[in-house]
Amino acid sequence: MTTVDRVHSLRLPRQPLLRHLPAALVAGVVLYEVTLRLNSYNDYQVGEIASYVVVLIGLSLLTGSNGQISLGHGAFMAVGAYTMALLMNHTQGNFILELAAATGVAAVAGLVIGLPATRLKGPYLAGMTLLFALAVPSIADKWPNTFGGDQGLTTTVPTAPGSLTAEQWLAQIQILGALIVMVLVANLLWSRYGRAFRAVRDDEIAASLAGIHIVRTKVTAFTISAGCAGLGGALLALSTGVVNTGEFPLTLSIQLLAAMVLGGTGTLIGMVWGGILLVYLPEWSTSLSNDFNLGSGASAYLATIIFGVVLIVAMLAAPNGIQGGLRWLWGHRPRLGGVPDVPSEVSKEDQSNATERKGRNDAKTSVEA
Amino acid sequence: MPRRAWKRKGWGLWARALVAGCLGLMLGVTLLPATASAESTPGVTSTSITIGATVPLTGPAAPGYDEIAPAMNALFSWVNAHGGVDGRKIHYTYLDDGYNPANTATLTRKLVLQDNIFADVGSLGTPTQSAVQGFLNAQKVPQLFIESGCNCWSNSKFPYSLGWQPPYTVDGKILGAYIKANFAGKKIGYLSQDDEFGQDVVKGLDMEIPSSAVVSRQTYDAATLAGPLSNQMAALKAAGAQVVVLATIPAATALAMLPAAVIGYAPQYVVDNVGADTPTVGPLLASFTQKGGGTAAQAAAAGGLLNGVITDAYFAPESDTSNSWVQTEKKILQQYAPSLYAKSGLDGNTQYGIALAYTFVQALQKAGKNLTRQSLLDAINKDGKSFVTPGFVPLSYSSSVHFGFEGEEVIKLESSAPPAVTPTGTWIGGVAVTPVEQTSPGAGPIHKYTGPTSVPPKNLAATG
Amino acid sequence: MSLFLDYTLDGIANGMVYATLALALVLIYRATRIINFAQGAAGMLTTFIAFSLLSRGIGYWWAFVLVLIIGFALGAVTERVLIRPLHGKSELNPVIVTIGLLVVFEGLAGAIYGNASRGFPAAFSQRGLTVGSTTIAFSHFDLFILIAVLALMAGTLVLFRYTALGLRMRASAFHREIARLLGVRVGILLTLGWGLAGIAGSLAGLLVAPTSAFGPYYMDLILVYGFTAAVIGGLESPVGALVGGLISGLCISYVGGYLGSGLEPLGALALLMVALMARPEGIFARPAARRV
Repeated sequence: MTTVDRVHSLRLPRQPLLRHLPAALVAGVVLYEVTLRLNSYNDYQVGEIASYVVVLIGLSLLTGSNGQISLGHGAFMAVGAYTMALLMNHTQGNFILELAAATGVAAVAGLVIGLPATRLKGPYLAGMTLLFALAVPSIADKWPNTFGGDQGLTTTVPTAPGSLTAEQWLAQIQILGALIVMVLVANLLWSRYGRAFRAVRDDEIAASLAGIHIVRTKVTAFTISAGCAGLGGALLALSTGVVNTGEFPLTLSIQLLAAMVLGGTGTLIGMVWGGILLVYLPEWSTSLSNDFNLGSGASAYLATIIFGVVLIVAMLAAPNGIQGGLRWLWGHRPRLGGVPDVPSEVSKEDQSNATERKGRNDAKTSVEA
Repeated sequence: MPRRAWKRKGWGLWARALVAGCLGLMLGVTLLPATASAESTPGVTSTSITIGATVPLTGPAAPGYDEIAPAMNALFSWVNAHGGVDGRKIHYTYLDDGYNPANTATLTRKLVLQDNIFADVGSLGTPTQSAVQGFLNAQKVPQLFIESGCNCWSNSKFPYSLGWQPPYTVDGKILGAYIKANFAGKKIGYLSQDDEFGQDVVKGLDMEIPSSAVVSRQTYDAATLAGPLSNQMAALKAAGAQVVVLATIPAATALAMLPAAVIGYAPQYVVDNVGADTPTVGPLLASFTQKGGGTAAQAAAAGGLLNGVITDAYFAPESDTSNSWVQTEKKILQQYAPSLYAKSGLDGNTQYGIALAYTFVQALQKAGKNLTRQSLLDAINKDGKSFVTPGFVPLSYSSSVHFGFEGEEVIKLESSAPPAVTPTGTWIGGVAVTPVEQTSPGAGPIHKYTGPTSVPPKNLAATG
Repeated sequence: MSLFLDYTLDGIANGMVYATLALALVLIYRATRIINFAQGAAGMLTTFIAFSLLSRGIGYWWAFVLVLIIGFALGAVTERVLIRPLHGKSELNPVIVTIGLLVVFEGLAGAIYGNASRGFPAAFSQRGLTVGSTTIAFSHFDLFILIAVLALMAGTLVLFRYTALGLRMRASAFHREIARLLGVRVGILLTLGWGLAGIAGSLAGLLVAPTSAFGPYYMDLILVYGFTAAVIGGLESPVGALVGGLISGLCISYVGGYLGSGLEPLGALALLMVALMARPEGIFARPAARRV
């Protein structure tokens, strides 16, 4: 019996759900207890981390599993956040439905960007998504009557049931959202869609020869990824009660990419590390720089220097991200063919093969000076 | 691969990692600092008052504004050196939000929920403070003296929020009235920031200047401000505007005047006080007449482009060295924030900080020994009008009005006026060309202020 | 009509600066297949060094040349120390390192020089030239920008096309292993490529500083639009950088002027999408044949 036959006999599509759901349930219960024990500010931070995890999972799916680099996820977050705020202010619906609607609108935006994106590779796609990240907030600025202008849109935070504080309740909603997205995306990545994503990432031509529809796959990845980012943005809008274009500068999209890579491109647990980095690293670098007693101005800039140094050092020390580093400690190596534990980026051997092939193609493009 | 080995790996890794992560989180949580015990009034003890703020210390919005909070601390140091207020020393913590409302939301929650500040005093920015206005009011934390001229701070839905500087529409009305009176028949052009600030100033201008006189309305987006506003100035020149009103931040003021000078366009400039502080704008303009080296020509060069500019002011500017408030502010800054004084000297921003801090101190004094958040607000609403400040007019606070200053005078920058001398150079000063006038940001009339001029109290003036 | 002329001249002046930064990005991409997000910030930092030199009384042109050399050194050191160790792993890692470097440079400039307002002098007079009776929006300084950028482009083209060094650099960029086998010292040439990009970045910083809000962040948007220009022109082509820069500068100027400010990013996005839909690898890239 060949490996392929064995793999097929495992009834693969059903297994991931049975594996992932109980783990998620356990995590959910544990985290629920945690939110009850933390102080309000830490509850708020945990909620923030959960929302960023949702966004990062989408980014990991797109860039890690499907190989399309996006520097525009801040803009998708903005789309989701503004949709959420507008729905909360103008309709009487249940906030869960509103979250779903915001996800949908962001997914549509992903579809719109994803279609032209299929033609672009690497830095060209990065350039387009970068400009997208710059352009979307400026649209909101241009129509201040709808989008609230400088003051942004404010929403009423939903009241917590029972004896929960607002921060606990909101943190629980955000954590639930993160767990749901994690389970769904994990299942997706384990399914044939996930395999299609990775196949397109690794070698488009071979994938299309194997019968995978390239454009459809890439656009699907983009749409789902944008939906995740929109959901993350909508959750943040829900919990902070405000949406403002100033919250979505270019640096947000860049930081999302950095957090994803540092967490571990293509992994899902790694996105939790990424979310923690996004929320805690600024605070940690500020408190560290305050220890130097430099006076407020220099101290604030020292915090940014520390932030940047951590990015650089982490990248040099752990090129596979934190999750990659942990896996390496745990004794697992990223797998080539066969069945990966959790789909991760291509190994070094594959990388140089790909570079070689690209090199030959590039013969046509780099002849002129 | 044998089936069982694969299954064990697959199940184990994902779930193990997740559960381990949760356990780690629980462990970390137990190590986190516990919530401070609830005091009767958060942030107030018998010996101290803890207040906080979020301001931009880094980022493109930081230049100039990062001086305000340290200047406030200078005044608070003076207060603490003289025994504090009712025996309580003031501890002021300000955090850097980089003008990003998402950071403001997080940091303000940190200040309120974790650091238990008594009040949020002197935080900066319209988008940033709008992001936390709901939260602070819901938590019943006073959001005092917001550093922004938005009309939105006087809102009965948010009784804990107060403005301080004149609303931008007041700037617009008073400048517009001056233009109407002195430049009748001339063509007017606007260049305004494409947000609340610019729009509110234009609203005020339009209340006074007849719309037929306005030949061009240009805007710029602060977020994408990359270089000179050449297109806007070219459009203003093409429309023939003889008077150009700039509702701009200092960087944009310079980036408007520079390309205009390049194409030889020299209209009468009227600049809102936000973007007209000469020690801030001057260095940005200095490069224009320099040619490849040397910084000796800066002062004269900057004076050249700013000469004749009309602007407004609501307290005596730093160039007015005979004014007793200016002298007092200088002494306080020199003595209690010497490094800040050595770097920036007394300029519009440090003056602003000292004045705002002193307003807060008087609110504390009026609230008395039994200090609660409510008693502080009541003191401001009841007695705010009698506070002693460097402003030309008294503060307007009442239970229905949460604006601070609503009065200004119009100033003309003139090379013959005493200059502003700071460590960065000598910058053109100005003279008043109108009496002090008062108006509300609404449709009401402008009337002359006939009340007394304020002087600093003896103990403050006796510094140094 | 004169408004159109003003917009056009403004677009050309800005476009030249975008082209300079685009050239830096192209040089780095050709050498190491990386987008250097720190390029603008590196130019900003070297320009701050120039500011320090000028405040100490050193003549402008001495400072100018010195800072270009420092830019070269900064680029070279970055490649050797930070980028080289990451070769062979994921393509995203060096990008994140450059992002970290961007943050560090901005933090350094802010920490050392603070937030105070300051101006940076221009190499030549910035007063508009008089043509007939009107003053046009083009000064001696703008002329200098034009000449400097064209000289840089020409120098780069000559280097790559007509010198042995350039040939070796192109070989290293094309295929490292084969070049190594042929005796080319690939490592040094990659470092050289980054160094040359550093020169271009420093030049861009010096050219932009006089007409910007001179602070730690003044190169941020220039980088974004420079990246746009490089992508439009083709990331492998210095000529593409120039053409892309001009097109971007003109487009942004017209959009901002005729359609209103604040819409420039949308205009740039539209331009980019149109250009890339037509030529997905940039205007000056030859389409690769499909290999099946």
